[in-house]
Amino acid sequence: MDFSLTKEQQMIKEMVRDFAEKEIAPYAAKWDEEAHFPLHVFRKMGELGLLGLPFPEEYGGAGGDTISYAIAVEEIGRACGGTGLSYAAAVSLGASPIYYFGTEEQKQTWLVPMAKGETLGAFGLTEPNAGSDAGGTRTTAVLDGDEYVINGEKCWITNAQYARQVIVTAVTGKDARGKNIITALIVPTDSLGFTIRSNYDKMGVRASNTCELVFENVRVPKENVLGDPQKGFNQFLYTLDGGRISIAALAVGIAQAAFEKALQYAKERIQFGQPISKFQAIQFKLADMAMEIELARNMVYKAAWLKDQGKSFTKEASFAKLFASEMGFRVCNQAIQIHGGYGYMKEYGVERHLRDIKLMEIGEGTSEIQRLVIARQLGC
Amino acid sequence: MNIFVLMKRTFDTEEKISIANGKINEEGAEFIINPYDEYAIEEAIQVRDQHGGEVTVVTVGNEEAEKELRTALAMGCDKAVLINIDDDVEEQDQHTVAKVLAEYLKDKNPDLILAGNVAIDGGSGQVGPRVAELLGIPYVTTITKLEIADGGKVTVVRDVEGDEEIIETSLPLLVTAQQGLNEPRYPSLPGIMKAKKKPLDELELDDLDLDEDDVEAKTKTIEVFLPPKREAGKILQGELADQVKELVHLLRSEAKVV
Ligand SMILES: Cc1cc2nc3c(=O)[nH]c(=O)nc-3n(C[C@H](O)[C@H](O)[C@H](O)COP(=O)(O)OP(=O)(O)OC[C@H]3O[C@@H](n4cnc5c(N)ncnc54)[C@H](O)[C@@H]3O)c2cc1C
Repeated sequence: MDFSLTKEQQMIKEMVRDFAEKEIAPYAAKWDEEAHFPLHVFRKMGELGLLGLPFPEEYGGAGGDTISYAIAVEEIGRACGGTGLSYAAAVSLGASPIYYFGTEEQKQTWLVPMAKGETLGAFGLTEPNAGSDAGGTRTTAVLDGDEYVINGEKCWITNAQYARQVIVTAVTGKDARGKNIITALIVPTDSLGFTIRSNYDKMGVRASNTCELVFENVRVPKENVLGDPQKGFNQFLYTLDGGRISIAALAVGIAQAAFEKALQYAKERIQFGQPISKFQAIQFKLADMAMEIELARNMVYKAAWLKDQGKSFTKEASFAKLFASEMGFRVCNQAIQIHGGYGYMKEYGVERHLRDIKLMEIGEGTSEIQRLVIARQLGC
Repeated sequence: MNIFVLMKRTFDTEEKISIANGKINEEGAEFIINPYDEYAIEEAIQVRDQHGGEVTVVTVGNEEAEKELRTALAMGCDKAVLINIDDDVEEQDQHTVAKVLAEYLKDKNPDLILAGNVAIDGGSGQVGPRVAELLGIPYVTTITKLEIADGGKVTVVRDVEGDEEIIETSLPLLVTAQQGLNEPRYPSLPGIMKAKKKPLDELELDDLDLDEDDVEAKTKTIEVFLPPKREAGKILQGELADQVKELVHLLRSEAKVV
């Protein structure tokens, strides 16, 4: 067993940290305020190869491992939660399913430009009436000759407005037991009848682009089916397992940023004639925060390592996502507490972390759903 | 063109530095490529891309410096050389490092050697010029612009305390980089992944036909200490004339500078 990062992993960490500190962190408060999606940063990340980090070179990627990817998400998230979410979604949800399940032709057409950072992709699963219960999808796709005709609605889809294509899940029939057969389809965003709107006013991750999708008789060729048409449901479960590692890494990054601010502030703020970091009550908070962040990070690395080893990682990805998001909320909350009234003011930049981190307990499976996944893995 | 970059791994002076047993405490310090050397690396890559050739990045250091060398390779250098003299030479100074580098470079026929104008740790700014002297080639320090014409004529802009000096010279040449020379690139991900496949040679004193005595430090460090903590400032008040009087008095009696 070896807990040290490889040279490449260290170099990636330093490069991304450097990039994020210079190109993202100074603007994060403004993007949050204006709900601005920093497209130009995604262009730059593309040029540096970050959007293709975990994909092989033959598909335009950098051939990095999942641990390196988790490190990159953490570092970007440490600078800006919203940018971190859009980065994680672009790689884990937009590009990965095509890498996992796409045909060679689909990979060349859709994955390569994403891995090179020329285009972005999105993943549309959630619907107004099908969130945790994704099996309850109502969007339909009906085969008509050589084309599928899609009708329905999706909500809260990350990056869709800037995407070249969205992977959309739709009901294409019923199986022998009367359950919905769900199929994943690659839908170009310029398709006729496909409307994408982004009018949500979000609590946090405001630099991330979040969209509502409406499909009115949208036609795509049947070659756009992604993977096995019968197995769309299992495919997105697998996709989400991978995505959970990145959401966990993002939670660690946001928590790390909040912790660093709290530690520095505690050393500088004088009350009762001494820095508040000299009070045991504050020290214990900081000790707990540092410990919880490190524990979560270790779990993220372990889940990522299992994935890289080709071993089962469903349970560990849920452990990581559940623990990292809940500890992240505690850490961001305590970071504000340590700042007192100043923490409640936007100027100090810690309240943003709490707003951002809340999403980590909801997106890609709520905390309740993570517990269900874990319990199922335990054989309950 | 045969290009060499002299690079140093230094601790990050923006991070907290502590001293233990008369030495900078390396435990917990953050290490980086000396920022001025980053400009040298970037410039070397740009010159190579324009004129062709090869960039070799060289450092005198220990195994830990492999990471910084790999980072330089990830940015785009072609080859790296680590000259590890830690086991052989206990006390090292600018003379040691310059001698080792010059000995390494002397039969490599370098056209252009780039270094940082100063390392942010020791801050002597001597290694580059010393290497050039030992090799018997011209050098220009603190450059902010470098142009190499096809005939081999080199035009350099040099920063002289905020003013500019334009110097014409020729290859082979050693220059040291000043802030403003360029904007160093981030190592790209494909660059990082490729870096591990690029050649990184490790040499020792023996490989250079040098003895300990040849490179023994010529200086002695008497003491290493942190700058005194900055005291809070004082703002004088009252009539201007009184303030001036008070100031002169304080400069004499308290600060003891006049
Ligand atoms: C900013 C943002 C970005 C998003 N990006 C995407 C995206 O890119 N693609 C995409 O497809 N989706 C995306 N989502 C949707 C997200 O994945 C869903 O919000 C999430 O899965 C929860 O679904 P829901 O909101 O419908 O909540 P519901 O499922 O309605 O849940 C409501 C509450 O009930 C609980 N609950 C539900 N079922 C159970 C149960 N069986 N047992 C116990 N408790 C239960 C939940 O845990 C939750 O607390 C995004 C959401 C947001 C806010």
